Amino acid sequence: MDQVRVAGVGLTHFGAHPDRTGRDLFAEAAAGAMEEADVPRGEIEELLYGNFMGEVTEAQGHQGPLMAEAAGLRVPATRYESACASAGVAVREAVKRVRSGEADVLLVGGAERMHNVGTAGATEGLAMAADELYEVRAGVTFPGAYALMARAYVERYGGTREDLAHVAVKNHANALENEYAQFRREVTVEEALEAPTIAEPLGLFDACPITDGAAALVLVSGEYAEANGVDAPVAVTGSGQGGDSLALQDRAAIERAPATADAAEEAYAEAGVGPGDVDFAEVHDCFTIAEVLAIEELGFYAAGEGIGAARDGETTRDGDRPVNLSGGLKAKGHPVGATGASQVVEATRLLRGDHPNSDAVPDDAVGVTHNAGGTVASAVVHVLEVAE
Amino acid sequence: MTREYRDDGYDDLLEAIEAGEGFYLACENGHGYLPPRRVCPDCGSTALEETPLAGTGEVITRTVVHVPPPRFADDAPYATLVAEFGPVRVTGIVLDAESAPEVGDAVRPVVGTSATREDRLLAFEPV
Repeated sequence: MDQVRVAGVGLTHFGAHPDRTGRDLFAEAAAGAMEEADVPRGEIEELLYGNFMGEVTEAQGHQGPLMAEAAGLRVPATRYESACASAGVAVREAVKRVRSGEADVLLVGGAERMHNVGTAGATEGLAMAADELYEVRAGVTFPGAYALMARAYVERYGGTREDLAHVAVKNHANALENEYAQFRREVTVEEALEAPTIAEPLGLFDACPITDGAAALVLVSGEYAEANGVDAPVAVTGSGQGGDSLALQDRAAIERAPATADAAEEAYAEAGVGPGDVDFAEVHDCFTIAEVLAIEELGFYAAGEGIGAARDGETTRDGDRPVNLSGGLKAKGHPVGATGASQVVEATRLLRGDHPNSDAVPDDAVGVTHNAGGTVASAVVHVLEVAE
Repeated sequence: MTREYRDDGYDDLLEAIEAGEGFYLACENGHGYLPPRRVCPDCGSTALEETPLAGTGEVITRTVVHVPPPRFADDAPYATLVAEFGPVRVTGIVLDAESAPEVGDAVRPVVGTSATREDRLLAFEPV
């Protein structure tokens, strides 16, 4: 299962870059990925690009061709939109295309510009991932939706705000050495608990920040890499996607995220691994509760048992299975349409050994990325391994 | 804010709630959803019938939103609740956060109005 290889990766700094256009952000990430891949520009067959709210923040639709041009390419280019999973689905499409033999060299990634519309504008934009008629009109915001999930989780399984604070503390600690991360400072449980409330029971430190940034990868077929001497040591060995009702009210259990479990099942089967084989994971922690749901639905913990994982040190850098060694969305940042690709970038670097936290990952590790859209109405999981 | 056009199904439900005649769409297999819908997402049934919504529902989760979107700028803090009415769940707002019902409490659906834009809202009030 080594047919799909990561030949190069690129990121911008994730943070507040209100004056930078989406096209400039993506151009930087794409240039990084293409330089690292070192494949001739003319060999890139297509761009698959993730973006969520470009119409809101830049009044810009039809971003595929725009971003291909920004990357210096005149190739077919398509924008993928699945809210916060936009780049995850773009990566998945690229993986499928390379695996099927339809393409040998693809550029894939995503970008999001958010700070230029301010907190109110970003809050309004992010809420578009929810059901406009039945959720947004009833006051559901993006943090509000996860707050509804968190409250339902606590009602069913128990758990405390302090348990959730440990997720934030862990992910901030992981971001300290990550030069691309938005927040490179430690936080304490006390700080997290004392932070202003956004949507009860979630506070400011339960939430990922608003982020500008871009991510890009060059994916090649194993055959192409071999024939052309391309150094592409990491393979995407599994890919899966799951779906659910858009609105929380229409799901069987608001405190679960079965789309993640479905995506994981498919990705694990393709890679020939099980949850017990996974050594590290980059998961979609847009809110602290989201990381809890992710590690349960990925099969690392039974339902209701993931909430203590960070507190007990099981998912920390030195734990049995580190989660979000990049800092996660919480501390690395969440440029919505770029996040799914950035997770694959981070996992690739962790596996190659050139990530500041690579020493927390064993040799021959199995890594997993998990990207969720909205309140996990979309979920994409990828398995990455060092190619044989 | 007055919308120029209706959202058929959704606006029908709001008007029905105002008249004290809330309804949902039930399929023959006992699944329930709010309109507009042509097919049951659980079983694929297209035999959806307007069925009276129970007079009261039970709150199953809630939040109080302190950082609002622009359309609720003058309304925050407000509460958003999901309540269960038998086979169907409904999301509703309670503009007075301090009096917002807790999980387990009974609520009834009403139509409210936001302060910010005077939007018509699917709201809950305590029973």
